[in-house]
Amino acid sequence: MGASQDGDALLRLRDVVKHFPVGQRRVGATADVVHAVDGVSLEVRRGETLGLVGETGCGKSTLARCATRLLALTSGRVVFDGHDITALSRRQLRPFRREFQMVFQDPYGSLNPHRRVGSIIGDPLTVHGLADGSAGRRRRVQEAMELVGLNPEHYNRYPAEFSGGQRQRIGVARALVLRPKLLVCDEPVSALDVSIRAQIINLLADLQRELDLTYLFISHDLSVVRQVCDRVAVMYLGKLAEVAPVADLYRRPRHPYVAALLSAVPVPDPDLSDRRQRIILAGEVPTPVHPPAGCRFHPRCPKARRRCVDQAPELVPRGGDEARHVTACHFPVEPGDDLALPHPPIDQPGQDAGDDLAPVAGGGR
Amino acid sequence: MTITAPGQAAAGAAAAPTVAIQGRGPWRLAWDRLRRDPAAIASAAVIVLIVAAAVAAPAVAHAVGHGPNDQYPDVGLTTAGLPVGPSRRFLLGTDNLGRDLLVRVLYGARISLLVGVAATLLATVAGVVVGLAAGYFSGLVDLTLARFMDVVLSFPYLLFAIALVSVHGPSLAITILVIAFFSWAAIGRIVRGQTLSIREQEYIEASWSVGSGAARVMFVEILPNLLAPVIVLATLLIPTAIVFEATLSFLGLGVAPPTATWGGMLSDSLAFYQVAWWFPLFPGLALLALTLAFNLLGDSVRDALDPAGWRTVIG
Repeated sequence: MGASQDGDALLRLRDVVKHFPVGQRRVGATADVVHAVDGVSLEVRRGETLGLVGETGCGKSTLARCATRLLALTSGRVVFDGHDITALSRRQLRPFRREFQMVFQDPYGSLNPHRRVGSIIGDPLTVHGLADGSAGRRRRVQEAMELVGLNPEHYNRYPAEFSGGQRQRIGVARALVLRPKLLVCDEPVSALDVSIRAQIINLLADLQRELDLTYLFISHDLSVVRQVCDRVAVMYLGKLAEVAPVADLYRRPRHPYVAALLSAVPVPDPDLSDRRQRIILAGEVPTPVHPPAGCRFHPRCPKARRRCVDQAPELVPRGGDEARHVTACHFPVEPGDDLALPHPPIDQPGQDAGDDLAPVAGGGR
Repeated sequence: MTITAPGQAAAGAAAAPTVAIQGRGPWRLAWDRLRRDPAAIASAAVIVLIVAAAVAAPAVAHAVGHGPNDQYPDVGLTTAGLPVGPSRRFLLGTDNLGRDLLVRVLYGARISLLVGVAATLLATVAGVVVGLAAGYFSGLVDLTLARFMDVVLSFPYLLFAIALVSVHGPSLAITILVIAFFSWAAIGRIVRGQTLSIREQEYIEASWSVGSGAARVMFVEILPNLLAPVIVLATLLIPTAIVFEATLSFLGLGVAPPTATWGGMLSDSLAFYQVAWWFPLFPGLALLALTLAFNLLGDSVRDALDPAGWRTVIG
């Protein structure tokens, strides 16, 4: 999709924060919280497919559930189509639910095993009182089934009688029966076989053209994202690391984490695969209960310096990038950087004279 | 594994389009399994027989010419005033007041079935509603309801029944209410536990995301998944309620005499079992047959609904 103006955002997230309390609350002590999403601003433009990428546990699904208001936000704002839906009650949200729908990850868990497929797909019609009689409902459900490539005759079957790929089509049909503007797809293909995956991706692409849909496409599979998305947002530990048009991001990642992620994408060509440099990051993803100070990635980053501990980097264009390519990194990757270097010992004072002004805030736990 | 001959495979493929594939839902599959279970058939037959006997009780009374509460001091008692044994006039003998035991056992089945089914229905509806609400809403609602269920379950029910009956006097309605009150919490607790786990399924989230409200999620999404365990629990609760009723009647706290109840008859027979074996035997056998049949049927229903077995979940 071409460059869109700022005013063309269908969904706009502003400083979205979602914390989950964990464990037992003791008297006099503040409960620990999981910082699942910690200040994310993002917009999904009309007609585009925005990919949201990150490792398991980075908060991308939580962000999607905040965006569709399945979860209440800790702070921040969600604006859909010009309406602030941040604080709406479930009842007040109902008219908006016609406009944005979700496709879920698990084609088995997301369909009630005790209900017939026709009634599952027709659910949105019933809930929103758009059924116009059982015959009308049946007609609209069967239209939706046809749209996603299901046999409309299978209206009365149970989910157990379908394969994984067909079930995911049922999930898509349920999401589309109200003809929404935005479809939030939470890892729609990661539970499917590779061959089925391509079918569902093609289906989603066809539907986008036919029905003028906007997608927020969540995945941890970078090759799928490259195939379907116009822009990509990469999340790490509850924050955005980099947002860029898909070609830019894959050609020239600026955030060291994104560079490392891309280096891990399997390449089908073994010769190319051998020649490629694989960046192995040090350590594990820290716990989101006590995220590191400053840049969240600094304990694992080969380019980390004092400033990365002291100051959280902003998400802005870096070093001559276009305005559409923003990176949250003080020291973005330049061509020729060797990211295979070990993590520098930034936690010892005096190591990096220029930036070493403040005492170490303590990186993490 | 057998290897299908090519001809057979072709014939199967050709036949396939003509035979419409009928969607067989989980209920249909369970029903098919139940129909093939001999224990289920046998216990269902016993239950049907007892229900038929209860329905036919007035007709039998008319045929033999003895009402359930008619006393026959001349022919129904020996000269010493003891019950007479089975004979052509009294097929199952008489009780200590010279009443026809056969007619009274049949009338007793009416009370047992009525109390068993009515108390179970009440307890099941209450247990499902409270358990669903506790599991779905969680938080303070759950805390309150779950503790309330714990309190009910830890109540000394006989003492409570004695206290209630001494205030209100024994009656059929009080009996049903007391039994239902002490039974619903067991169902409520299991329903709550199941609801808590079903709540975490992705299809519940999907239902919220299309805009469903709490009632719709509870009764359209969650309830169908609970029906199987609830049906099993209810089937197994009926015999418990029947025994409960017999216990109350035995203690004189159930349905008031002279209404014929199996528990009451067993109680009356205590002083006579050495001289009149038939007096405790027939009401006791009837009680045994009915409760055993319901218990076996409940087990079969459980196996049919989930062959993999939730024995761990519901007893």
